[in-house]
Amino acid sequence: MRVGLFVTCLVDLMRPSIGFAALRLLEAGGAEVYVPSTQTCCGQPGYNSGDRVGGRALAAKVVAEFEACDYLVAPSGSCSGMIKTHYADLFRDDPVLLERAGALAAKTYELTDFLERVLKLDAVPGSLSATVTYHDACAGLREMGVKRQPRALLAHVPGLKLVEMTECETCCGFGGTFALKFGDISTRLADNKCQHIAASGADAVVLGDLGCMLNIEGRLRRRGDMKTRVLHVAEVLAGEAGPG
Amino acid sequence: MQIASMHFKERAHANMANAELQRNLHKIKGKFVAKRRESLTELDDFEATREAGQAIRQRALDDLDVWLEIFERNATARGATVLWAETPAEINAHVLDIARRHGARKIIKSKSMVSEESELDRAIEAAGLTVVETDLGEYILQINDYEPPSHIIGPALHKSKEEVADLFAKAHATPRKTEISELCLEARGVLRQHYLSADMGISGGNFFVAETGSVVVVTNEGNATLTTTLPRVHVAISGIEKIVPTLEDVATLMRLLPRSATGQSISNYVDVLTGVKGPGEFHGAEHMYFIVVDAGRSAVLGSELKEALRCIRCGACMNHCPVYQNIGGHSYGWVYPGPIGSILTPSYIGIENALDLPQASTLCNQCGVVCPVKIPLPDLLRKLREQQFERGLRPWTERFGVRAWSWLAAHPGLYALAMRIGARMLSWMGGNERLLHKLPLGGGWTEGRDMPAPEGHTFRDLYAKKARK
Repeated sequence: MRVGLFVTCLVDLMRPSIGFAALRLLEAGGAEVYVPSTQTCCGQPGYNSGDRVGGRALAAKVVAEFEACDYLVAPSGSCSGMIKTHYADLFRDDPVLLERAGALAAKTYELTDFLERVLKLDAVPGSLSATVTYHDACAGLREMGVKRQPRALLAHVPGLKLVEMTECETCCGFGGTFALKFGDISTRLADNKCQHIAASGADAVVLGDLGCMLNIEGRLRRRGDMKTRVLHVAEVLAGEAGPG
Repeated sequence: MQIASMHFKERAHANMANAELQRNLHKIKGKFVAKRRESLTELDDFEATREAGQAIRQRALDDLDVWLEIFERNATARGATVLWAETPAEINAHVLDIARRHGARKIIKSKSMVSEESELDRAIEAAGLTVVETDLGEYILQINDYEPPSHIIGPALHKSKEEVADLFAKAHATPRKTEISELCLEARGVLRQHYLSADMGISGGNFFVAETGSVVVVTNEGNATLTTTLPRVHVAISGIEKIVPTLEDVATLMRLLPRSATGQSISNYVDVLTGVKGPGEFHGAEHMYFIVVDAGRSAVLGSELKEALRCIRCGACMNHCPVYQNIGGHSYGWVYPGPIGSILTPSYIGIENALDLPQASTLCNQCGVVCPVKIPLPDLLRKLREQQFERGLRPWTERFGVRAWSWLAAHPGLYALAMRIGARMLSWMGGNERLLHKLPLGGGWTEGRDMPAPEGHTFRDLYAKKARK
């Protein structure tokens, strides 16, 4: 089984350890992982900003880089959601690319969804002595159907206790360029999220999208909370989250 | 309604700083969100009902011209008069014309968002006639010098009980009441006089039914029942898109509308008004008019935003929108707030008058998943963004930035170099704290947040190094 790992641009730039954690988990599940070296961005920033031309060029690049794999897996609901649910719209006037993008979409997975449903992982390398709460990032939840999977996987982590926070499915306010264009609204939404995290009593908030992680962590720190950790679910599962 | 959509950012900012408003906005979650969720459990298959609702609305839109003609024929056959309004101004002209024809001096009105588009109340008053809003929320706003509604089904949602108490004491010159039940009784006492003395009643219309030529009006206060049946003349105003083919279709949509709106399995009142009062009949108006409004809708019908016209005005998209929940409806600056408003407002008043609205969404799709007729709201917002991008209606810095990113990401060699430099630089800037308090070109981010510093090396560099070993 040849799995193409789409690292995502944010993980590449900001937090490579998430990429290595994903790699380790996929290998632990018996996959042969292929990491195309030319990969960059899925095209979502352009697409969501109204630049179809730019979005389409990058989408075509992703299709070409990954279509030979049996699966495409990304440690992000947002980027995998872009590929799975939006490429078809980008290629609506190009029957050839539409078909190729459709074939890729059919084998595109968010990481925890793939680990849980396809690789059927029932043990994970990681352990974490901590109480954590899970934030359901929007695209993972509403585009990729990721809800139960990360929780099922986290249940295999020795020492970890999961508590649910209020409104775990409400947007953290990131929204890509929204966070820059409407800084005050975005901050307010992040603030609400921080309050729910604090109220849950968790030592860490765990989620599956780096954009939302940066937003939540950025607001937690500005609020003066230097303690609550913000972890990617892959880091926790792979044991790369450091000591609990 | 006066257009203030170009001031979205300033208004949102002010509304987030308004503690009283913030307290009032909190009601949304308990009042609408939680109740909707509860009420859906009564339906065996909500998803199938949504799909049926979507199909009904889409079928109506696909052959809208035909259904409108059938509606006109059937309404006319039952003694009603169907008038068409191409613009908001024509709505007001029709209403004043009807009032003149029947010698109406006092007009009562149940809720109509379409009439907000044309500022009908002010036009009626300018013509020297009296108009009284009978929906409690709309009445509160009217006596507060025609304050604009902030929600399509709860127009005075932004007001607290205390504010209403102050308003009533002032407007009615009565001792200030504190209990909601007392306030309701007081409003009822005042409005009852108006119902009995009005010459003409104006209602909105949740649906126009083609097969019977009827208008369906959904309320909880019963005010529409009185407004449409007590006065001699009834005028129903609604958009061309509100047509549905059959009464059977209305029954299906009514399984969705109250549940999605207020979490009720059925609203307290559902009026189906068909034709004028016949000989020997006790109920109903002697004269019935329909004002069927275009005002930008036919242009949307022929565009890629067509699906927005399926809207049945339940308000679920705004109730569930994290942005709306925090900034309130007045921030949006025109008749329709929230996600659906961010699509309808630029469509009806011009995209250049509402530049922020299509952008004012995180595209979290909470609206899309609750919409009872499955309008893909985030997709439609994105289509508006595309129009803005193509027409140069976004700042050049933003367009340049987006294009530069896409160009760079299409050149992997250069991209790898740029990211390597970026990762090192930002990591260095993060210092010992591993946080950036300021970001170049990222003031919007750092005004309320820090940026966690990157680890310092890119994944691609580390991976290549590992592979070489």
